[in-house]
Amino acid sequence: MKDIKCCVVVVGAGPAGMAAAISAKKNGAEKVIIIERENRTGGILKQCIHAGFGLQYFGEELTGPEYAEKFSVLANETGIEFMLNTTALEIKDKTLVCVNTEGIVNIHFGALVLAMGCRERTRANLVIPGSRPAGIYSAGTAQKLINIFGHKVGKEVVILGSGDIGMIMARRLSLGGAKVKAVVEIMPYLAGLVRNKAQCLDDFGIPLMLSHTVVDIIGVDRVEAVTIAPVDENRQPIMEKAETISCDTLLLSVGLIPENELTRSADVALSGITKGAIVNQYKQTDKPYIFACGNVLHVNDLVDHVSHESEDAGKYAALYAAGKLESADELAVEPGDGVRYVCPQKMACVDDNVDLYFRTAAPGRNTTLTISDDSGVLVTKKLIRTTPGTIEKLTIPADKAKNAIGKIVVKAEHKEA
Amino acid sequence: MIKTDVLIIGAGAVGCALARELSKYNIKVTVCDKNDDVGGEASKSNSGLFSTSATMPVGTLECKLRTIAHSMILDVCNKLDVPYIECGSIAPILYPDQLETAKGLTERAFQNGVYDYELLPAKDILDLEPTLNPEILGGIYSPRDRQCNQFIFVSALAENAAENGVEFILDCKVTGMDVSNGKIHAVHTTKGDIEATWVINAAGLHCDEISDMVDECDFKVNPRKGEFYVFSHDTPVKVSHIISSVPSPKTRGVLVIPTVDNNMLVGPTADDVEDKTDVKTTAAGLASIKSQALNMIPGLHFEDTITQFVGVRPARTPEGYDLRFSEKVKGFIGISGVRSTGLTASVAIATYIVHGMKEHGLELERKVGWKQTRKGIARFAEKTNAEKDALIAADPLYGKIVCRCEQVTESEILQAIHRPVGAKTLDAVKRRVRAGMGRCQSGFCGPHVIEIIARELGIPEEDVRKRGEKAFMLDRD
Repeated sequence: MKDIKCCVVVVGAGPAGMAAAISAKKNGAEKVIIIERENRTGGILKQCIHAGFGLQYFGEELTGPEYAEKFSVLANETGIEFMLNTTALEIKDKTLVCVNTEGIVNIHFGALVLAMGCRERTRANLVIPGSRPAGIYSAGTAQKLINIFGHKVGKEVVILGSGDIGMIMARRLSLGGAKVKAVVEIMPYLAGLVRNKAQCLDDFGIPLMLSHTVVDIIGVDRVEAVTIAPVDENRQPIMEKAETISCDTLLLSVGLIPENELTRSADVALSGITKGAIVNQYKQTDKPYIFACGNVLHVNDLVDHVSHESEDAGKYAALYAAGKLESADELAVEPGDGVRYVCPQKMACVDDNVDLYFRTAAPGRNTTLTISDDSGVLVTKKLIRTTPGTIEKLTIPADKAKNAIGKIVVKAEHKEA
Repeated sequence: MIKTDVLIIGAGAVGCALARELSKYNIKVTVCDKNDDVGGEASKSNSGLFSTSATMPVGTLECKLRTIAHSMILDVCNKLDVPYIECGSIAPILYPDQLETAKGLTERAFQNGVYDYELLPAKDILDLEPTLNPEILGGIYSPRDRQCNQFIFVSALAENAAENGVEFILDCKVTGMDVSNGKIHAVHTTKGDIEATWVINAAGLHCDEISDMVDECDFKVNPRKGEFYVFSHDTPVKVSHIISSVPSPKTRGVLVIPTVDNNMLVGPTADDVEDKTDVKTTAAGLASIKSQALNMIPGLHFEDTITQFVGVRPARTPEGYDLRFSEKVKGFIGISGVRSTGLTASVAIATYIVHGMKEHGLELERKVGWKQTRKGIARFAEKTNAEKDALIAADPLYGKIVCRCEQVTESEILQAIHRPVGAKTLDAVKRRVRAGMGRCQSGFCGPHVIEIIARELGIPEEDVRKRGEKAFMLDRD
């Protein structure tokens, strides 16, 4: 058993973890360690070989591995210490218990940043009936098999869920010679980004079936077909209109869930909506020495947002470890009408701008976004259109943040559906 | 032609228990099974219960064997390092019409010698199991019902039998038999002919097909389908007893079961089907389980299910255990009617059959150096940090976690593959060491397990199967 001391320890060397670590270092943390279970840095970006990353953060279009590489280089230059092939097992007070092939390692930290990312929802989460053959993959697993391991997963594919990974995999499979027969979405609107529909489905002639779902999986050894049915307004399948599509592979892109098992070991309070920790604008959880960022906090649309958010987490973790993060009175931040969730869920009233990230509840046009407190409206923004697939960001200016009272509520009102 | 003294057809709980029992003696024992793994059918897809014979029909062979087995099973589990929990069971009474049934059951339990099967008032039952519906009218408490890891139970029996010289031939389907003059001259299989002095039909779900090959089939196996939900470890409301239903016109008998591995099982349905391979879950079946279970335990969080599955159990027409030494065909032993009670009863069925073989003239000589114990694969996730350190010091691959959800290390996976009667498929690895059995359902570890199996078996990754002969994980062109 080995013991190590550090200022800030970061769990996960994906984009969130690396941005947080670099920021912690820049903000004065002397010794910063990143724990990573895999043998390389980059997290899920390693398998995201498509372009579309970095337009906001770097002002140029990068592939996932390129985006990650920029942070890896920077992390190395900044003097971040990486512990690769090392898995974090549990948090016991201010000690992170890890394991690798040399044994158990106890890391005693001043502050800890959770950056473990998320996992994919499974067939069981959706309770899709049918048999249990080979050939059912979550979109991310298929992406890893294809892009990291160099395998082919199947020839004829149906994809359930119009999330971004699902659409990107529709294109990837098409480019690899597979036939993607349909992308099926239970909601009446797209789950992922509109640009991905254009680039990944429309350009390849892949039909998108909205308000449909998979109601049966057929095949004993390998998937042979799936049965698709339209759904009514309550999302219940209309079985009389069901049709069977032959395929050897079913890909599921039906949502992501923050991987908070480690977080639970520290008894950190979690949000029932985001499934991530409840934090203030510093990304600080209810355990003041634990911070969270990236998809383990809430599932993001763009990695660029993750990088920005994670820099905050790293910065404040470094300040906390140095005893420089003062606590202030906190107000609750809540989703109001038309908003599904807001992150952070708490706001310390200090003399600094506060960024609120949120998703709307339903798509719409001519949308007015407002932030208010008990005294009235603090911020307003008008948008031509919003969708739940896109994360919106509004900033409460420092003077208003400092003097806010009561409860902060974020609302979205659509003039047109 | 393979020659053996005893051929056991079927490597489920009964076949493997028989193999282990016979491995005590100086005879050649061979087990064949059409599946890629032992415990491939009814023995895997069940609730893992070791129950008393409280509610069994009085005086039947099934009841007798189950009573005997219940007293034997902990010794077997302890010797073979099979994990089990002594959780006891509770059958809550939800409707007035169940009260009479419950009284009848306690009388039957008494007749069956299960004296600790007790009808208790609601407050006592709720005190034992506070998760139950507070409106229950009472309940039956049975303290000696247990739950085991059924996958490890069967593979441990097989592993121990193999260590004592039993040969297992898997992926080997019996296709017919050469029978004449009251004797089996050869058993035809997909891996060649086998000649045996004794042929034991332990084919479970398929025992009618095997008995038919010697023209001894005066019964029918009715596949009875049972759907189940499996809950995540971290679901907030968990039962501490096996919760079963008192039979009533309103319920068909859904159970809520705490497991050794800290998951909860909820099910099964009981639907008679035609097709023995029908392992499809259905929207109606799953919905019915949900409503019945919520009626008993209103706080269950069904959104925390990590998988649903189907087990097909071999019901028999006519009902009842039938352990038969053929009068027509010398050396043929038929085992049929072993339904869901077979997991518990398997160890008693084995001794009963071996006793019968002796009666029928088989001279058995005890093997010198028979190994009666087996050590399980040490599970990293269950150890203290100091123990983990010691495991890693002895084998650094204990420090390499492959399945993050269940914290399964590469060392455990390698042991699952390389032990006697080892795993060759993803499902077989999963059953032995739980890689892929957690919340992500192998989304993260699946690609790595494919890689490990291919490497260890020396096969291309494209040839790695989920299970069976043809369930390939990857596209093979």
